[in-house]
Amino acid sequence: MDVTFQFDWQAAFASIPHLLPGIPYTLLISFVGLAIGFIIGIIFGLLRISPIAWLRVPAIAYIEVFRGTPVLVQVLFIFYGLPQLLGGPINALVAGIAAIAVNSGAYISEIVRGGVQSIDRGQKEAGLSLGLSRRQTFRYIIWPQAFRRMIPPLGNQGIISIKDTSLFSVIGVGELVRQGQVYIATTFTALEVYLMVAMLYLAITLSLSLVLRIIERKGLAGQ
Amino acid sequence: MNPDTSPSGAHPIVRLEKVNKHFGSLHVLKDIDLEVTPGEVVVIIGASGSGKSTLIRCINGLEEFQQGHLEVDGSPLLPYGKATKALQRIRTEVGMVFQQFNLFPHLSVLDNVTLAPMKVRGWSRSDATEIAERLLERVGISDQAAKYPTQLSGGQQQRVALARALAMEPRLMLFDEPTSALDPEMIGEVLDAMRELAKEGMTMMIVTHEMGFAREVADRVIYIHKGEIAEEGPPETIFDSPKEAPTRNFLARVLQH
Repeated sequence: MDVTFQFDWQAAFASIPHLLPGIPYTLLISFVGLAIGFIIGIIFGLLRISPIAWLRVPAIAYIEVFRGTPVLVQVLFIFYGLPQLLGGPINALVAGIAAIAVNSGAYISEIVRGGVQSIDRGQKEAGLSLGLSRRQTFRYIIWPQAFRRMIPPLGNQGIISIKDTSLFSVIGVGELVRQGQVYIATTFTALEVYLMVAMLYLAITLSLSLVLRIIERKGLAGQ
Repeated sequence: MNPDTSPSGAHPIVRLEKVNKHFGSLHVLKDIDLEVTPGEVVVIIGASGSGKSTLIRCINGLEEFQQGHLEVDGSPLLPYGKATKALQRIRTEVGMVFQQFNLFPHLSVLDNVTLAPMKVRGWSRSDATEIAERLLERVGISDQAAKYPTQLSGGQQQRVALARALAMEPRLMLFDEPTSALDPEMIGEVLDAMRELAKEGMTMMIVTHEMGFAREVADRVIYIHKGEIAEEGPPETIFDSPKEAPTRNFLARVLQH
């Protein structure tokens, strides 16, 4: 039996136009999901460090649940499970965005908590001793410093969430992997197409890394 | 006699009566009675862990205390001192300089000084900048206003911290070991700035290990031993003829080197 295999570059490049329609979905789910996740993360991250137990405990519960369960299970739950509760179907795109939002929100909560807690106690004391209120001390002194420290882990989380969107092919969202699967079903060029799919993910994540590096350099220039 | 009136007759700016503080089972401050009159320079000395830093940190509410009465400029700070509006108002009148400077690293030197006057006092940026520039000139760092704190030496940073506190036009300045984190060659420049301030009549409470400086600028020296005021008096008395054994032992140890 002839087992020699020729990598078919032509097939690989030919697949690209068929994959590109997946990119807007991948980007849409990632960016909207992460934007909502960021808002969730700020709220729950700050609740997580509240001295008031009835604010802190629900935040801990949220973080542990959504950080401790797979994002694939979360999206299946939202897409197939929730409609049974709600009595109506959920759009696959919405389900994907929701899954990224709640999942990244849990991780970002911890990033926010870590960032805020990493700021030296003396900063808060200096702010308060100047007569600034707690709120002003947080807004003008603690948060700007904490946010700078949060940029690298936030970038990391962004990259993780972008890759997580590939799982949503299972609920039929037309993102990158899904487009690849559909195309392979007619051409049987799995090796070439998945390599191209991987390259396109890499292009997206490397672009994000680059942007983050510029932001970091700019942000730290002042110090 | 009116209990609000100190021996000199002026209304005290700080008054502590039987103030007690505990850290868990540790009794950090024991029945502290203390009055400071406007214009007075009080230097607090004592071994590390004696409670001297805790004492001045109670005065602007950075530490809570459990029993007793503490008032600043007639406004009481409550025991279990929660962050009330009254506490915030007191803090606008009381400046503090910390051992570790605690400058805001994300703000330029100028912005460090103008932040509180703008946000708390509501001054315009131009008014705040004008006063900040004058204060920075006074402490000798007007040419560094655009730099960031980490670009300055320790001595320069501490002088910025002094200017930052003075920008709020406080009626009382607290100093918590202001030179303890400095390299020896930078201690002098910070003490000089403080000496100037004392000359101008600022009310100051200073926790320090600089005994020469204490002797020179203090109107009154307080020696704290294990959370209690063991002895107080004019610097000549405390340094030259201390009455109490703990004071003598402490001074023998610190003045030796």
